[in-house]
Amino acid sequence: MKLTDISGDINEWFDGSGPMSDIVISSRIRLARNLAGYKFLGRCSNTEKAEILKKLKDVLMSLDLGDKVSYISVDKAPALNRNFLVERHLISRHHAFGKGPRGVVLSQRESFTAMINEEDHLRIQVLKAGCQLSQCAKQINQIDDMIEQKVKYAFSPQFGYLTACPTNVGTGIRVSVMLHLPALKMTDQIEKFFNAAKDMSLAVRGLFGEGTEAASDLFQLSNQVTLGVSESQIVSEFENSIIPEVIEYENAARNHLLASDTRILDDKISRAMALLQNAHLISSQEALFLLSHLRLGINMHRHMGASTPAIKRLCTLCDNVKTKGAQGLSIATINRLFMLTLPAHLQLNHGETLEPAGRDALRAQIIREALNQDTPQ
Amino acid sequence: MLCQICKNKDATIHLTEITDGMRSEMHICERCAAEQGIAVKSQIPINELLINLLAAQPNDDELADPAQQQIACPICGFTLEHFRKEGVLGCPNDYEVFAKSLQPLIERAHCGKTTHNGKLPSTMSQDTRKQIELLNLRQQLDTAVQNENYELAARLRDEISEREK
Repeated sequence: MKLTDISGDINEWFDGSGPMSDIVISSRIRLARNLAGYKFLGRCSNTEKAEILKKLKDVLMSLDLGDKVSYISVDKAPALNRNFLVERHLISRHHAFGKGPRGVVLSQRESFTAMINEEDHLRIQVLKAGCQLSQCAKQINQIDDMIEQKVKYAFSPQFGYLTACPTNVGTGIRVSVMLHLPALKMTDQIEKFFNAAKDMSLAVRGLFGEGTEAASDLFQLSNQVTLGVSESQIVSEFENSIIPEVIEYENAARNHLLASDTRILDDKISRAMALLQNAHLISSQEALFLLSHLRLGINMHRHMGASTPAIKRLCTLCDNVKTKGAQGLSIATINRLFMLTLPAHLQLNHGETLEPAGRDALRAQIIREALNQDTPQ
Repeated sequence: MLCQICKNKDATIHLTEITDGMRSEMHICERCAAEQGIAVKSQIPINELLINLLAAQPNDDELADPAQQQIACPICGFTLEHFRKEGVLGCPNDYEVFAKSLQPLIERAHCGKTTHNGKLPSTMSQDTRKQIELLNLRQQLDTAVQNENYELAARLRDEISEREK
């Protein structure tokens, strides 16, 4: 598979579909595993790493996952391709810029990826659109069983699946959801969400932004405790208590925006529309920040029947753009713009590397074309 | 804000230096920072952060015990000094070799839990599997009693006696 085969569109789990997807964009479960009889990667020579890589690659490529799988040699891939895989959440930054022989096996639809020789020998993950953690858990467990038929994992009765870092030991599971929380941010309540997460031993990370800052108001919430609790307990806590609570917070903040002074909301949405429709140079951070406000506007109309002056104008825009092409302006289009205007996506789709100013111009052009009726510009 | 060195790129790194009570600020881009030999780590992995935080607290942390420092894993040659620096272990055997030293750290990272209570390898013998499951049920029973959840405790007790038959 060539990366350009997939770079022109968003992956299935980012298309804005799935249960509760106005707030929960996607669900992800990953398992960390190591082979018995080998040292952890920090102590492995490149020869040993190559041996582990070959062994796991052969096993993974032979599995019947119901979807075509491809292998990408991460250590040999150009930096642009590695950045692309990170932007698409198929590999971690640690994996992209690590050392020694390493690779990734990914399914055609990108709902399954396996990083070989990241921090652990093997990290497998399943991703799905919206809130679908149970489905992710079921699928990853089946895949893990299939792999276990062919290799022996490092396991201890006391500590469970042994991982390079003791913070992942036990189940080796990381359950995460990608959340869009613009109203909590707009009403200055995002700190409360961070603190609540901390109290529940959960980790929060900003997505697509620089560092921990979430330019797009997209946050990843994941478990940290992996020992002493079962996989199903963790998943059920997310589904039955954590996610409903976060959704309630965000919806309360959205209602508050409508009930109090709608000028704040209208101002943000109108500014976002005006800038995105007219800018000729736009940075990735600014684009993400503004697109997030459009996403909020569309969802508030769709799920809450909100109809403020700015939301009405936004809906008119959606309808007008829709008449032009099959795709139209929808949540899927906004998500597309989120992802396809990220630096590595832009360059890969453009066919050559671009300086930041060139990227900013191309990004602005793509967004203008998607949000204006009278294209091309 | 533009980088003070190249005056071309945006400054994304902001340094504040205090020397002899004098405060000076510097705003530079990532490339110039790298050229100046300033290491930039925009995202510290959570594990690393946690390990560093835990390792920095010597009180109940036996990582700081000099006697423990002498031990090296016979398989990978790993020592606690390596762990302190790298934040990851050398091989699966280290969990056994450094069990005593790792215990407080593991407890803190996992909210006081020290025993696996999840999936078991399918290749494990039925006998071992049964024993582990019993251990887990007993642990759950303890927690249920502690939380005064007697209904759950009764159910767990029944299940334990059922499995011991």
